[in-house]
Amino acid sequence: MEKQDYISEQIDSLDQREPVIEIRDLHKSFGDNHVLNGFSMTLYKGENLVVMGKSGSGKSVMIKCLVGLIQPDSGFLSVMGKEIKTLDRKTLDALRSDIGFLFQGSALYDSMTVRENLEFPMRRHKEKLGNIRDTTPLVLEALENVGLAHTVDLMPSELSGGMKRRVALARTLILKPKIILYDEPTSGLDPITSKEIIQLMGRVQKKYGTSSLIITHDVDCARVISERMVLLVEGKNYIEGSYTELSKSTDPKVEAFFKK
Amino acid sequence: MAYVLQSYKKIRQFFIEIGELSYFAMRYFKEALKPPWEFKELLRQCYHMGNRSLVLVGVTGFIIGLVLTLQSRPTLQEFGAVSWMPNMVGISIVREIGPVITALICAGRIASGIGAELGSMRVTEQIDAMEVSGTNPFKYLVVTRITATMLMLPLLVIFGDMIALYGSALVENLKGDVSFQLYFNTVFDALEFGDLIPATIKSFFFGFTIGLVGCYKGYYSKKGTAGVGIAANTAVVTASLLLFVVDFIAVFVSDIFFEL
Ligand SMILES: Nc1ncnc2c1ncn2[C@@H]1O[C@H](COP(=O)(O)OP(=O)(O)OP(=O)(O)O)[C@@H](O)[C@H]1O
Ligand SMILES: [Mg+2]
Repeated sequence: MEKQDYISEQIDSLDQREPVIEIRDLHKSFGDNHVLNGFSMTLYKGENLVVMGKSGSGKSVMIKCLVGLIQPDSGFLSVMGKEIKTLDRKTLDALRSDIGFLFQGSALYDSMTVRENLEFPMRRHKEKLGNIRDTTPLVLEALENVGLAHTVDLMPSELSGGMKRRVALARTLILKPKIILYDEPTSGLDPITSKEIIQLMGRVQKKYGTSSLIITHDVDCARVISERMVLLVEGKNYIEGSYTELSKSTDPKVEAFFKK
Repeated sequence: MAYVLQSYKKIRQFFIEIGELSYFAMRYFKEALKPPWEFKELLRQCYHMGNRSLVLVGVTGFIIGLVLTLQSRPTLQEFGAVSWMPNMVGISIVREIGPVITALICAGRIASGIGAELGSMRVTEQIDAMEVSGTNPFKYLVVTRITATMLMLPLLVIFGDMIALYGSALVENLKGDVSFQLYFNTVFDALEFGDLIPATIKSFFFGFTIGLVGCYKGYYSKKGTAGVGIAANTAVVTASLLLFVVDFIAVFVSDIFFEL
């Protein structure tokens, strides 16, 4: 009997992957605009999870809640076992250095060069990088990862949209985050550049073993990168499953996403 | 009825804004006193602001001095009091015209610049990006800018005063055969601490007002590119209006302390 229990426990623990992000019953409204109405989701370690939803459905709001940029009205949010709303500024900053955030519009600081952009996240996290003096090797390594080492002294205004996105990705990666949140990594890019970005994301994932939460409404992106998908409809997690499962669904709300 | 409701809403909005602006000012003092301080960025901002307004302030000052002297000449001549010209021009420039004109120019130049810059940083999520990378954007962007305008405005005012007096001396030199030395000697004899100190203190407050309004409008700018334009525009209008309020209070207070 005891042995049986032990074995089933072992099997359970094999099955139970370690969650790195947990969202339970998240609510957020802006005035009368109820954006999130009880959204729940879990991201497991090492996994690529895609969240899809219509424009304006609150995807950006949801991941901004995750890093404390937006205060949710109610709900439980935890990242790597820490509940976001209980953290003080210092712990939150430490946690944020483990989370990479790729913003929808790249969000490069346009008064700084590419080098300064990449150095910026390091200025408050020197200890994490072992108190190094010279950050140039790190900057160059990060830029080489995205194939843009030659742009190190350019200003963001001198880069194309796709290059900006790649530099932004390099900046996101510079603190070697354990989790990366991508807010529409391919939006506004042509199909070829999108493909490059997606391949880049895949390479990063392999190289650093990160867990990724990817927000997109690009079906191709979802097909290539996702292991699991969550659809965000009317502020709730409407349905969950793999790409193949969801793309075969006959539910009209789900089908709408996959129709070309 | 609709009119009453509308003006009620406008008045309400006005008081809400005053409240928010005061809260913003309080937050400035709280954050400005707490380390870590962003000295490098502060220096950069000081240089930037001084550099951007120097020529404009100089040219305006020169013209004001010139015009003021030219236009007062006939009247003073009528009373046989042309020799009082340096005293009159000197005191009116140093006490009132110099600070107010310089501040108004800086409101147009600096407040709108800050409004537009922070506004576009807000809209393109650069402020959010700073926040998640562990740098307090309020300290890095707002505190440095307000402090910089506060420090630079008195310097710009002194510079503008000097140029204006030079313009006035030039007229006197050409039309009245007064040597530059005699002119400036008379001016400096006429000026007292009671003229200089309040004017300098007043300039500090002018600088604070300009920086505060510019930062407030930009930092809380609404989404979208239209928001940036509105931020820049309202920054100038609000700052200019507030400057006169501050001026009124300053004259009132210095009247008590210095018995002008
Ligand atoms: N700071 C804010 N203040 C007020 N309303 C907001 C704010 N941020 C977002 N919203 C509203 O929340 C809703 C969801 O916005 P969100 O940016 O999350 O959409 P999204 O799903 O990311 O869309 P997209 O695919 O276009 O990026 C929108 O209706 C938007 O107007
Ligand atoms: Mg979005």
